[in-house]
Amino acid sequence: MFRLGLIVNPVAGMGGRVGLKGTDGAESLARARELGAVPLAPARAGQALAVLLPALDSIRLLTCPGAMGEAAAVACGLPCETVDLRPGAETGPDDTKAAARMMADRGVDLLLFAGGDGTARDIADAVGERVPCLGIPAGVKIHSAVFASTPLHAGELALALARGKRPRLHLAEVMDIDEEAFRGGEVRSRLYGYLSVPGDRRRMQGQKAGTPKSEKAMQEAIAHDILERLSPDVLALVGPGSTTRELKRLLGREGTLLGVDAFKGGRLVGEDCNERRLLELIALEPGGNVRIVVTPIGGQGFLFGRGNQQFSPEVLRRADREGIWIASTQGKLAALGGSPLKIDTGDSALDRELMGYYKAVTGYHESVMVRVEA
Amino acid sequence: MSEKFVHPYIPNSAPEVQAEMLKSIGAKDIEEFFACIPEALRVKGLLDLPKPFLSEASLKRHVEGILSKNRTSGELRCFLGGGCWNHHVPAVCDEVNGRSEFLTAYAGEPYEDHGRFQALFEYESLMAELLDVDVVNVPTYDGSQAAATALRMAGRITKRDEVLVADTTSPDRLSAITGYLHPDMKVTLVGHDPKSGLMVGSDLAAKMTDRVAAVYFENPSYLGFIETEGKAISGAAHAKGALCVVYADPSSLGVLTPPSNYGADLTCGDIQPLGMHMHMGGARGGFIGAPDDEKFIEEYPSRLFGIAPTSHREWGFGDVAWERTSFAKRENAKEFVGTAAALWGITAAVYLSLMGPAGMKELGTACMARTAYAVKRLGAVKGVRVPAIGGAFFKEIPVNFDGTGKTVKEINKALLEKGILGGHDLSKAFPALGQSALYAFTEVVTQDDIDTLADALAAVTAR
Amino acid sequence: MGMDMKEKIRDFHQARWDEPVIFELSAPGERGILVPEGGPEVEAAGKEAMAALPAGMLRAAPPALPEMGQMKVVKHFLRLSQENLGADFNIDIGQGTCTMKYSPKVNDKLAASPKVADLHPLQDESTLQGALEILYKTEQLLKSISGLDRFCLHPGGGSQALSGIAAIIRAWVDDQGLQDTKDEIVTTIFSHPSNPAVAKLKGFKVITIYPDPVTGRPDFEAFKAAVSDRTAALMITNPEDIGLYNDRIKEFTDLVHAHGGICSYDQANANGILGITRAKEAGFDLCFFNIHKTFSSPHGCGGPGCGVIGVAEHLVPYLPIPLVSHCEKGGRYYLDTDPPKTVGKIKDFYGVLPAVVRAYAWIMNLGAEGLLEVARVSILNNNYVFRKVLKMKGAGAPPYAEGEHRMEQVRYSFQRLKDETGIGFAEVQNRIFDYAGHIWSSHEPFIVPEPFTIEPTESYSKDELDEYLAILGRIVEEAYADPEMLKHAPHRSVIHHVDHDYLDDPKRWAITWRMYKKRFDGYFEPKKG
Repeated sequence: MFRLGLIVNPVAGMGGRVGLKGTDGAESLARARELGAVPLAPARAGQALAVLLPALDSIRLLTCPGAMGEAAAVACGLPCETVDLRPGAETGPDDTKAAARMMADRGVDLLLFAGGDGTARDIADAVGERVPCLGIPAGVKIHSAVFASTPLHAGELALALARGKRPRLHLAEVMDIDEEAFRGGEVRSRLYGYLSVPGDRRRMQGQKAGTPKSEKAMQEAIAHDILERLSPDVLALVGPGSTTRELKRLLGREGTLLGVDAFKGGRLVGEDCNERRLLELIALEPGGNVRIVVTPIGGQGFLFGRGNQQFSPEVLRRADREGIWIASTQGKLAALGGSPLKIDTGDSALDRELMGYYKAVTGYHESVMVRVEA
Repeated sequence: MSEKFVHPYIPNSAPEVQAEMLKSIGAKDIEEFFACIPEALRVKGLLDLPKPFLSEASLKRHVEGILSKNRTSGELRCFLGGGCWNHHVPAVCDEVNGRSEFLTAYAGEPYEDHGRFQALFEYESLMAELLDVDVVNVPTYDGSQAAATALRMAGRITKRDEVLVADTTSPDRLSAITGYLHPDMKVTLVGHDPKSGLMVGSDLAAKMTDRVAAVYFENPSYLGFIETEGKAISGAAHAKGALCVVYADPSSLGVLTPPSNYGADLTCGDIQPLGMHMHMGGARGGFIGAPDDEKFIEEYPSRLFGIAPTSHREWGFGDVAWERTSFAKRENAKEFVGTAAALWGITAAVYLSLMGPAGMKELGTACMARTAYAVKRLGAVKGVRVPAIGGAFFKEIPVNFDGTGKTVKEINKALLEKGILGGHDLSKAFPALGQSALYAFTEVVTQDDIDTLADALAAVTAR
Repeated sequence: MGMDMKEKIRDFHQARWDEPVIFELSAPGERGILVPEGGPEVEAAGKEAMAALPAGMLRAAPPALPEMGQMKVVKHFLRLSQENLGADFNIDIGQGTCTMKYSPKVNDKLAASPKVADLHPLQDESTLQGALEILYKTEQLLKSISGLDRFCLHPGGGSQALSGIAAIIRAWVDDQGLQDTKDEIVTTIFSHPSNPAVAKLKGFKVITIYPDPVTGRPDFEAFKAAVSDRTAALMITNPEDIGLYNDRIKEFTDLVHAHGGICSYDQANANGILGITRAKEAGFDLCFFNIHKTFSSPHGCGGPGCGVIGVAEHLVPYLPIPLVSHCEKGGRYYLDTDPPKTVGKIKDFYGVLPAVVRAYAWIMNLGAEGLLEVARVSILNNNYVFRKVLKMKGAGAPPYAEGEHRMEQVRYSFQRLKDETGIGFAEVQNRIFDYAGHIWSSHEPFIVPEPFTIEPTESYSKDELDEYLAILGRIVEEAYADPEMLKHAPHRSVIHHVDHDYLDDPKRWAITWRMYKKRFDGYFEPKKG
């Protein structure tokens, strides 16, 4: 029996159609409704659920009452059970979190959620990496890498798992954008956390390219390569990301998943550093022997400016170009289709200086020339 | 470029159809399509090639004319071995591998090319029974590649970087192994007893450090003798956490104990004796056999075909696919997979199916019997010492001619005049053996052939 | 149901024998072939020798091979052959990059002749003059075709040729004492994965270049940033699998030379440039060809193939031995172990003679004009197919080189089809089997999403190209009309959907029949306990 959890955020995405950039907060939600916005997520959830009908007999669906999932399931003809949740007339983040926690406790095999980045953030808060999750895209702003490309695709992935395909899980970034800033026309995002997400399997693996490595094995390979080249007298500032996390592990400390950690001589010398702390550490380095190790964050291919703003223009100026080491799996670069990586440090002059080609480490003794653009 | 050149292999070289196609594309000339190639890089005029034989009849005559300058093992009595042997090739083997359904197929899926997948799964399975192992790969290029790959696998499995290799190994194979392992792994030779040819236990013990990934030897040896101390050798390896890799002759495994039974972790070799014509050394296929253990299976760089159910309860097949879930620095080199020897794998499957257990036993017995008889007959020739080294043999023996005062080269020249292809000259590669030659006796050799050889040797070495 | 020539689509069903796995056909006591008996003295000597073997060296239990009469063996394997779709049977243009051209039957006959098959490699050279002459003359032909100076015909395939090339590069670097300073090899993402793989095998660090998103050619700026004095070599294909010829290739090779490196040309895609351009003028020091692609030797289900390595004069000393040389005086051909710094053996003996015989015959049959026509028609056929595929709903080419022509193959994408119907490459592939077709995607990683690669070669006539296009068009129509049906394809092939889960789960996979028997009873019933 495949135990599937489903949480629908009925208010997600209501801003988009009416020209608003999001519906976080009661005020903007009210505004959206004034403008005639109608809930989007339930229909999207329905599209994903419809794909599951052929496997009806092997799925046990656990969802939330009413608009948070039950309605969509019923409309679809999928029998379901509901968790013990009593949301008010307006559902909110607390409801999402409570439901997610309950489903994780009940041991669901996959937690499907329909919503946007905000919903993803709530799920991440509630369950972290505890249970495999997958987003049905229904929000306005989708910057997180935890969503399937379309509701249909989400349904297909869920169906495959329901039919017994073992999931290939990987950590995907949950992002969030500063709402105020966004409405003011600025895009300022940060890396919020991670969810464990099933990936698409590639049928052709192993046929003509020797034995393929899992994403994790590749990240380890990258870490080993970088470690080999980091001499003990160098201050290494390692940015957030699942790829750089492997390097932090090798350097001896788990480090913070979401923050910048500083290492020197194999020791952790600064944990979860903000800009000020980084500048302090750098000041201690004679001759500026600094390396900044970063990996593109999120699905948009941003190297600086989305989720690692601790690397402020000040900090970046103190490491010269050769000191910026990029780490990225081939899969991530391929997903970008060969498009350049982007930077948005906030200082456009610096952005222009940093543009150009870098050797991104993609494996042990393997690298790809990537173009970085402002 | 002449537009009138129409060739049977190029249907669209006919001018009318070319015009039609160009029209449909909206182009005037084929030149337009590769206009981007700079002038400086273009061939001026035509390539400098000989005048062609355009008709099939003239082509056939031309090529056959050249080939007629060869003298085959069918026209001569062939006693050559050294890794390639003149065994009987069943007509059914040629029938099956001549079928163009197999011959002209390539890399299709387990649906439209189901036949190939099943045939190769059966090859893996039949070889597994012959080698007494659980896993066998789809064939790689040849025995040398299999040996080299098996040693690299051992390196990855043990995370060590040195291999110990018997110094009686085929020189060509040793060259291939050393080259393939360079620069990641080091090859160290282990000595042999000058009389028995067997690996010297004390030398092995001295060199067996905890840097050693594997010890490698061939059974039968390149020089023909059977290595009888396999158990001790593998024991010494295992005691130090190393693996034992044995290169075996599949034609011997109907009568001789498979290496897996005396401690070999990986068994490798070449399938040429199993239904392939010699093709001047151009028909080879390498195999690597291993136990049913993930830590071995994960390290195969070649394809492994497995069996799987289908939605309609049929036998389905496909590539066994796995992901390495962790990284090990030494495995940095994940090797490569390419077009290797699938059709020969299918051929070997046909061969083993025809032979069955009884046939393989008879084959092994036949080879041993002829070789044993040859030892007697050749040993009786004045000045000839047989064997030059070793105690027990399978289908090859090193024969020493120092007592005749003649070199192998001279003897073979004289033998050739009598229509006999004498044994391969070992004097350069194994100088300690003096003027010795490697003689092979497969099941197609008759008692009369051996008698004729003995008489001829007596004649050419008489003073 | 006859084939409507206007519709051009057959009512095909592949042969389906439901043939058991061979072990299940065994019947105790049956024999497939008998082994010759020796005379009484031979038998006696044999008995003595076996008795003298130490205990444990004689096989105790016979191998558990099936026992089958001869005709049964014939039937079994010929039935399997019917369940296989060779290029002689289908319009095999869908196996892109594989160059599935016609393998002439006369060449097969020549290669199967006893004058090729019954030669032992260690025979006295005087008895091998015909074979050596063919090897030598084929080398001369390849020299003209490529412009390079010497060829080694040994490797058993393209990847093994690359392995030999990597060994030569390594030897060349080591020979100059530069192993610590020249430790990088540059390649492109569209080059065959064996290029970086062999580079790593030889201890080099690999730097990969992506294409320029507009031109589709390797990004020269990225390349300039990658090349340095640490560059030992460039390993590159041209044109690449997407079908675009890198017109700046000479700038690439010049730059590597300027930094003291050498350049290797993966000529797997030579079919579209024969007689048009050569390795030499493009600045290459090394190259290899696939005899079983460009030069018509059949693919054999995955081998035996043959890859030949060509080098410029300064790299000749490193070639694997033996080469084949010719004595001007007396006209004798001989095996030449001269190369003083040889990398040694990379293949048993001297390579794949039957493949070389076929290549020789093929080239000698076509001649210079013929080879040029092969390239020209491959390009014509490909551009014809290219235009038509682009017109299909749901199909597209990656946005490189818009409006430009292609060389001899194209990589396309079914991303739009996937977005609009949920049907992607995998489903199209499963359905094309129902129409006697093949279609191939791409090497990993999939830079082009939902990729498929078609290479028409010169061997198929216009109406055959049209037939394949009609099939593809029909499947695209089906995707829009009845996607569910496609999701369960194939329907008219040899078998139905294989459950791949049994192939990547260590607890369920069975690579041999004995493994299957250990784990399962009946039809995949897990064994208890």
